[in-house]
Amino acid sequence: MTGEGFPGKLPNAFMTTGTSSFSEFLSSAAPELLPGRRPLPPGDYAEISSHATTIVAIRSAEGVVMAGDRRATMGNYISSRDIEKVFAADQYSLVGIAGTAGLGIELIKLYQVELEHYEKIEGAQLTLNGKANRLATMLRGNLGIALQGLAVVPLFAGFDTDADSVEEAGKIFSFDVVGGIYAERDFDSIGSGSIFAKSSLKKRYRRGMGSDDCVKIAVEALYDAADDDSATGGPDPTRDLYPVVMTATADGSRRIDESEVAEVARSVIAARTENPYG
Amino acid sequence: MGMQFYTSPEQIMRDRAEYARKNISRGRNVVVLSCADGVLFVAENISSALHKLSELYDRIGFAAVGRYNELENLRTAGVRMADLRGYSYDRRDVTAGSLAKAFAQTLGAIFSEQTKPFEVEICVAGVGPNPEADELYRLTFDGSILDEPGYLAMGGQAEDLVEVLKADHDYNLPLADAFALALSALSHGGSNGERRELSRDVLEVALLERARPGRSFRRIEGLALEALLPAVEAEPEAETDEADESDDSSETTES
Repeated sequence: MTGEGFPGKLPNAFMTTGTSSFSEFLSSAAPELLPGRRPLPPGDYAEISSHATTIVAIRSAEGVVMAGDRRATMGNYISSRDIEKVFAADQYSLVGIAGTAGLGIELIKLYQVELEHYEKIEGAQLTLNGKANRLATMLRGNLGIALQGLAVVPLFAGFDTDADSVEEAGKIFSFDVVGGIYAERDFDSIGSGSIFAKSSLKKRYRRGMGSDDCVKIAVEALYDAADDDSATGGPDPTRDLYPVVMTATADGSRRIDESEVAEVARSVIAARTENPYG
Repeated sequence: MGMQFYTSPEQIMRDRAEYARKNISRGRNVVVLSCADGVLFVAENISSALHKLSELYDRIGFAAVGRYNELENLRTAGVRMADLRGYSYDRRDVTAGSLAKAFAQTLGAIFSEQTKPFEVEICVAGVGPNPEADELYRLTFDGSILDEPGYLAMGGQAEDLVEVLKADHDYNLPLADAFALALSALSHGGSNGERRELSRDVLEVALLERARPGRSFRRIEGLALEALLPAVEAEPEAETDEADESDDSSETTES
């Protein structure tokens, strides 16, 4: 925060007009706080930091459901058993991250402020598509470090308050490291266990499923991912750790109570004890 | 070669202050007061789109009178300061006091540095865990900062309004009574001290709700505002006076 002009006056970046974006403001007021603005020496840094793994998002009859496992890994070592990777981006949208955990969580924190900042300055929320595009733009700023092994890939889902009907209101967007943005029809998954999670969802998902059923198949998809991917954590009854599950509906974004998720996870474990292949 | 006439610094400052004061005094009034339910903001505002009241951060609100472009400039700077601070430290590290001091320094610098001072008066209010812990700061065009005791008024008839507030303000007033008090103060704001009735269309109302966790700023509009109004109309002193139109002439730049 360098002051220009007369002493005491706020720096010009604070008083300039024309932008409602917090990250654009940061790029002139405090660029060191932007994750993409830290040049690294040449090399690959994939092994120096924790990696967050599997997230699933599903469209339900009432909106969307998003769930994430609780594991972060560094190579073959489990760096966290209780990390949280699914967050409410704002009142009507959810965001989850896979990839470099530290950068991903920083990106989400910045993104949450970005949406709130816009809302306060403009007096209105961005549209759901506007929010998704904004996330893509922020990802593009990270391309350099992504190519050096510190990639972050988010998954974004939300309830579109401008939709014609509730059935059409749930929307899911996936991204790639270069900032490409893709609208998903029914469900999607990211992270190392995503192939297995998606295969599980393919067999279980039906269009028009209610939120409760979507929560069940989301927890089951993460169970299947953990079954075959060593970087994805399964439900952990010994430590009382279960996936983070959130929904975004007309009532807003909300985290499903942990005891409720524990109940669902226990029933999945019981069913698999009966029949290991689901 | 043109000759420069000497003007004393006293004269320059006096002229600037007079200029700012004159223009602020044409603006419509705003009342901010602390009550049991939180910090209540009530503004007289004919526009429903150009706000005088807004959210700065979780527990902090902003109210202003004067030139719209200037107060919007300050409000935006306030949101940026608050968000930058909350992002680099923690949400709880953003306080009304630090924002108010930054505004004061900026207004002071603009007042002494620039030919034309900002024609605004602003309030930065923070809601605390109990009414006595609320912080209300009033900042004037020259960068003066005043820590007000539970209530304040800004705008053309601020002094008259403060008299009304002072007589009846109590930290433990429930929301409806606090609103009635604010309305009674604002209805004193006619020219020549006449009383007038204010309808829902010319009121902008917001509350920093004490009991709400996180972002506590809430606009009270539509039906919620309607629900607060009848209790006021039932009071005997809200007798019908002719609506005062005399201060409408200067609304081109003020809001």
